[in-house]
Amino acid sequence: MTTATLPAPAPVPALSRRPSPATAVANSFTLAWRSVLKIKTNPEDLFGLWLQPIMYLVLFTYVFGGAIAGGTHQYLQFSLPGILVLSVVFATLGTGMMLSQDISTGVFDRFRTLPIVRWAPLAGAILGDLVRYLISILVTLGFGYVLGFRVQTSVLAAVTGCLLLMAFAFALCWMSALLGVLAKSAQGVQWWGFLLMFPLVFGSNILTSTKSMPGWLQAFVKVNPVTYLTEAERALFIGGPAATAVERSLLWAVGIFVVFAPLAVAAYRRRT
Amino acid sequence: MEDVTYAIETHGLVKRFGKTTALAGVDLAARTGSVLGLLGPNGAGKTTAVRILATLLRPDGGSATVSGYDVVRDAHQVRQLIGLTGQYASVDEGLSGTNNLIMIGRLLGLTRSDARARAAELLARFELTDAAGRAAKTYSGGMRRRLDLAASLVGRPRVLYLDEPTTGLDPHSRNEVWGMIRRLVADGTTVLLTTQYLEEADQLAHDIAVIDHGTVIATGTPDELKASAGRQVLEVTPASRADLSAVAELLERLIGAAPAVGVESGQVSVQVEGGRALPDIIRAFEDRSIELAEFALRRASLDEVFLALTGHRAEEETAAEAGKGEKAGTARELDRSSR
Repeated sequence: MTTATLPAPAPVPALSRRPSPATAVANSFTLAWRSVLKIKTNPEDLFGLWLQPIMYLVLFTYVFGGAIAGGTHQYLQFSLPGILVLSVVFATLGTGMMLSQDISTGVFDRFRTLPIVRWAPLAGAILGDLVRYLISILVTLGFGYVLGFRVQTSVLAAVTGCLLLMAFAFALCWMSALLGVLAKSAQGVQWWGFLLMFPLVFGSNILTSTKSMPGWLQAFVKVNPVTYLTEAERALFIGGPAATAVERSLLWAVGIFVVFAPLAVAAYRRRT
Repeated sequence: MEDVTYAIETHGLVKRFGKTTALAGVDLAARTGSVLGLLGPNGAGKTTAVRILATLLRPDGGSATVSGYDVVRDAHQVRQLIGLTGQYASVDEGLSGTNNLIMIGRLLGLTRSDARARAAELLARFELTDAAGRAAKTYSGGMRRRLDLAASLVGRPRVLYLDEPTTGLDPHSRNEVWGMIRRLVADGTTVLLTTQYLEEADQLAHDIAVIDHGTVIATGTPDELKASAGRQVLEVTPASRADLSAVAELLERLIGAAPAVGVESGQVSVQVEGGRALPDIIRAFEDRSIELAEFALRRASLDEVFLALTGHRAEEETAAEAGKGEKAGTARELDRSSR
């Protein structure tokens, strides 16, 4: 074919100068669909997503229940809202791990050669992860009910509780996204994530009352956003004054989002 | 923009990764609708050039345009024209073949049903229909490469970059990919093909740029490159193997260069300058009544040209650098840390 004459070139079609906002939204939703599909088609992922909250519930309720609250039933009422928080906070790590994996396998290179909005892969991953958080919340609540947990407030309050959890997770997953973009590997995300998340989750009132803790730890627990979120969830699911705790949790969520979302986007643009 | 005759053009393209200069001023031009072969050993800068042209890397100097659009300034327009299948551009292993292609169709603005139809069409074309519903991580290397190629064609690109599309494929899959490329070119697609295989460039490319250490060291059609080496090779096969050494002796005396004797092939070959000596040689054989089965003058192969140009063989380094994946990883890290 070396000396063959070339066919007459077709004219170059009219090209768009930049993606429209509608394209941006459509791109993000397509990529969210992708990440939800990956949950569905990856049995291990699905299994973990279901099993983790169940494991937390069973372990914490039966290991600590007797010792801390003198009975598993009372303890379940106390701990379930906290376990909801714990499950969701740990689930946000998945966002960073998936991003890290996408970057290292070259899937993002493919995206970047396409005429799509640059931040769509990031937005899509996070939108898709909201579905994971929802599954995690519903499994915890559902299995909690099987074990004997009962909402003592109202349906409206419980739904508000779930929405608050989603909002907090949405904010926190930008931190995970930042880790995902910066870390060298998915394992790196896991290590850094656990180093950051463990004190947040366990240096709080999730599993016990804070009264028995030493002063310095109480000081940390008092400023820990997870503490406020857990307080708010307890109030919304089993009763008590909710307003202040809800307000502070939301403020924290907004604060985390405002700091980490731009950082994650900036790091993402730099790396890709 | 009306009179664009080159679908791809680069001028003085420079790219550095830390202290390493990957491209030291590369000029390339691919005529619209042609295959430009970018030929060079591993580490010559081929992939870096492709990544710049695919808007994945910013050049440190020089310019690159696709159908007249600058790859840095007009990246969004360029992305509407190109497709990339490479060592790096990849498929989502967790998704099925079908869903991989639907995802890309949707990202390119196709409706759900159009994206589904396009996916089915491409899967059929690449003989992946049977595996369409399986996750891509279960695919063999050849299947994955075909899916990758299909993924880059969803948007019917005007310009297609194929970065070593047949590296690591068995001969059967390689032939399939070659056939695919020929069909695409027949449809008017411009192809930039990087390869370490001289045969591949010879088979597919209209024009070839030979690149080594980040510099283009020769350009031309495969024929021109072969001619530019200036030498031709005379191959003589005597009818009887008993005459082999007699033929070799005679050729050495007449041409003054030591011929290579292929005992297995029964053929004697020797480099000659031009064809002027041929009548004398034929007469000499007649005088000695040595009967010949074959007497042929051929141009130097691209392999020989490459050796003459670079001082080393093209495929030698490939064998030496068998840990290709690892090397690719380092290159990726390099281009990350540099940004």
